[in-house]
Amino acid sequence: MKVLVPVKRVIDYNVKVRVKADGSGVDLANVKMSMNPFDEIAVEEAIRLKEKGIASEIVVVSIGVKQAQETLRTALAMGADRAILVEAASDVHTDIEPLAVAKILAAVVKAEEPGLVLAGKQAIDNDMNATGQMLSALLGWSQATFASELAVDGDSATVTREVDGGLQTIKVKLPTVVTVDLRLNEPRYASLPNIMKAKKKPLEEKTAADYGVDVTPRLTVVKTTEPAGRKAGVKVGSVDELIAKLKDEAGVI
Amino acid sequence: MAVLLLADVNGGQLATDSVAKTLTAVAGLGEVHLLVAGQGGDAAATEAAGLAGVSKVLFAEGHDYCHGMAEATAALVVGLAGSYTHVCAPATAAAKNVLPRVAALLDVMVLSDVTAVVDADTFERPIYAGNAIQTVKSGDKVKVFTVRTAAFAAAGTGGSAAVEKISGATAEGLSSWVEDKVAASDRPELTSAKIVVSGGRGVGSEADFALIEKLADKLGAAVGASRAAVDSGYAPNDWQVGQTGKVVAPALYVAVGISGAIQHLAGMKDSKVIVAINKDEEAPIFQVADYGLVADLFTAVPEMTDKL
Repeated sequence: MKVLVPVKRVIDYNVKVRVKADGSGVDLANVKMSMNPFDEIAVEEAIRLKEKGIASEIVVVSIGVKQAQETLRTALAMGADRAILVEAASDVHTDIEPLAVAKILAAVVKAEEPGLVLAGKQAIDNDMNATGQMLSALLGWSQATFASELAVDGDSATVTREVDGGLQTIKVKLPTVVTVDLRLNEPRYASLPNIMKAKKKPLEEKTAADYGVDVTPRLTVVKTTEPAGRKAGVKVGSVDELIAKLKDEAGVI
Repeated sequence: MAVLLLADVNGGQLATDSVAKTLTAVAGLGEVHLLVAGQGGDAAATEAAGLAGVSKVLFAEGHDYCHGMAEATAALVVGLAGSYTHVCAPATAAAKNVLPRVAALLDVMVLSDVTAVVDADTFERPIYAGNAIQTVKSGDKVKVFTVRTAAFAAAGTGGSAAVEKISGATAEGLSSWVEDKVAASDRPELTSAKIVVSGGRGVGSEADFALIEKLADKLGAAVGASRAAVDSGYAPNDWQVGQTGKVVAPALYVAVGISGAIQHLAGMKDSKVIVAINKDEEAPIFQVADYGLVADLFTAVPEMTDKL
């Protein structure tokens, strides 16, 4: 079974985000970029499925700017077999919306015919949490979101999902889209020999137009602002003082 | 203009708090119809009809809509969406599973975690784990969005809407429910609790998390945890407060042994009063806390539990 994993190039999760002075968005020029952490978990899970003999080939796809090549090389170094870059923007500040990404991925899926798409549950830049669900909808497939456990068995998969009250287990028919949550696995680091080998793995370059998908955004950004700050309060010296403050000053207990 | 609001129903129970808060968020957008889906949801539909601001309850009784299964529920919502300008739901795990699917089937974008409805087309939502707030205008024919309920007060009761039974499309054979593992608890629910006591990595072990739970029980509070504590196995995943967990805004939030990573702050910084107990006086949590106590949690927390 072929497994397709979409990966997104996003601001590194350790970098402090700065809103641009003109309010048009977040400053991404000369900022360290990495693979979306949830997507790393998806790549790792695909590799584990291959190690178990369930997956036969892992294809990683990235949609965005040309620089997303680096993100794809990271996935190849972790253990993916080949990569497809779909260039859909030239400015690093252009975020392709989940709906357009899902449409391009649906076209890639039709060409590649994977049995499973493993995706991160959300990207840490736009925090939309939508692409996997949208892709599944466009394909008319089943979906299993927020996975913390995945078992593929024949023509179905059993997935444990992180939901509000605890965990939910569902069974989905293959082919399916699974979006992964934080606790599914711990992604491996790529070794130096594998980083070298990844440079020789195939990376195909396409454009959004090749798939006939219009990536014009549906949402217009009116403005981007810093969140309202919160001021530090006072330090108290003892538990007694804390309880007194909460009772008398704040009136919350 | 009319709004379709998909209610969260868990085991036949209406998630009243989340629905009531979403009603407040969309109050300016027109008539609101509440969709209650799933067999055995009769009581939930009746309760929904009593919420202020609901003009009609649509009750889809089908077995396929139980357990929030995405494929069937999305098919049901899509079948109804033609009569509405807005389709929305509280930003719960259940709705975040379903609404993007609905949006794609309608060929529109989805907006997740809306924190303010500016006008019929314009919405505010946090991006980058709450490090920026974006105002966006949608040009789509139907606006599909989820509402971050912590940003809104709950609508009251006293309504008397009619309940209309409906049926709709399903999604035969794509998926099936196996089981729910929901921890039974007498504590208040995390996202609607007045007081939340959370523990972080500093608590050190699953066994020591009992200290946090004892303090919470003394205060009648819900128990939360940082991502570090959940990842380390000290607390279950559904206790996680933060950008990728639950977003809470109680009257009092007590952070114990939590350093205050950005991702955690995004989940609790709108709390009215924040207390931080941490032995590291440099911990970033003190920069957002109204009251900070630099102390060893293993002595301070039991002392506080005793003295309350």
